[in-house]
Amino acid sequence: MKVGVVTFPGTLDDRDAARAATYAGTEAVSLWHGDADLKGVDAVILPGGFSYGDYLRCGAISRFAPVMEKIIDAANGGMPLLGICNGFQVLCEAQLLPGALTRNHELHFLCRDQKLEITNNATAWTTSFKVGQEIVIPLKNGEGSFQCDDATLAKLEGEGRIIARYVGENPNGSRNKIAGITNERGNVVGLMPHPEHAIDTLTGPTADGLAFFTSVLSAMVK
Amino acid sequence: MAKIVVDVMLKPEILDPQGVAVSAALPRLGFNFAKSVRQGKRFEIEVDGEPTTAQLAEVEKAAEKLLANPVIETFTVRVEK
Repeated sequence: MKVGVVTFPGTLDDRDAARAATYAGTEAVSLWHGDADLKGVDAVILPGGFSYGDYLRCGAISRFAPVMEKIIDAANGGMPLLGICNGFQVLCEAQLLPGALTRNHELHFLCRDQKLEITNNATAWTTSFKVGQEIVIPLKNGEGSFQCDDATLAKLEGEGRIIARYVGENPNGSRNKIAGITNERGNVVGLMPHPEHAIDTLTGPTADGLAFFTSVLSAMVK
Repeated sequence: MAKIVVDVMLKPEILDPQGVAVSAALPRLGFNFAKSVRQGKRFEIEVDGEPTTAQLAEVEKAAEKLLANPVIETFTVRVEK
């Protein structure tokens, strides 16, 4: 199984995302933002970073990159797609996921190991978890506050589309402590914290993040 | 030459932490007039000659698609002489 990892100008975490995909037993394939070519991949990860320098709004310019047109089509056809941090911002800008990520409520850039509760294990990226499972993975962002209108929030809650919430104090002012959400179909997931930095205890706080990447493998071979 | 100006603001219900920070800084400098502050973005777009109705309609479309995110922001388009 091939997992594509997109590199935009300003992407930081593409190598860690590719490493995580490889650790999970999939083949990582580099995708370039300027190429409208998905190289036959079965799933795609939009990694973290500061694509296009976060100019205009985070993810606003990346969303129109040539590779995104192909990715949006494939995701609408059911291809698993994970957006981490800046990737989550791109997914919201592309309207593959509802809402938007805005500046952290206390304005600080946060970088910490964050406890999360997994609240949906039926998506392509979360089947290796148990509902209610608590995990610790790094959170590092300046604009991670998930915002949406009341109707959208009620819909997300009602349909069980919140896949992870922050445990303890709300780090960034996200509505209902939302750390990650999915689309109606469950193939597209956006997550603000970074599972790709927590795939083994040599380089991360835990190995809890690896399950996101093994989930997609089992989703595809099922 | 005329300019087309697009002002983008966060919707009133969206928290604006930058505006809050500015609002908190003002009284520290002795400026006590502000009840609240909200911070936005301004785009100045130069065109040749007087902007046409068609151009303004295009700018509206561009503002909707790129300059503003309608999920969290509102925008206005106007001509400045």
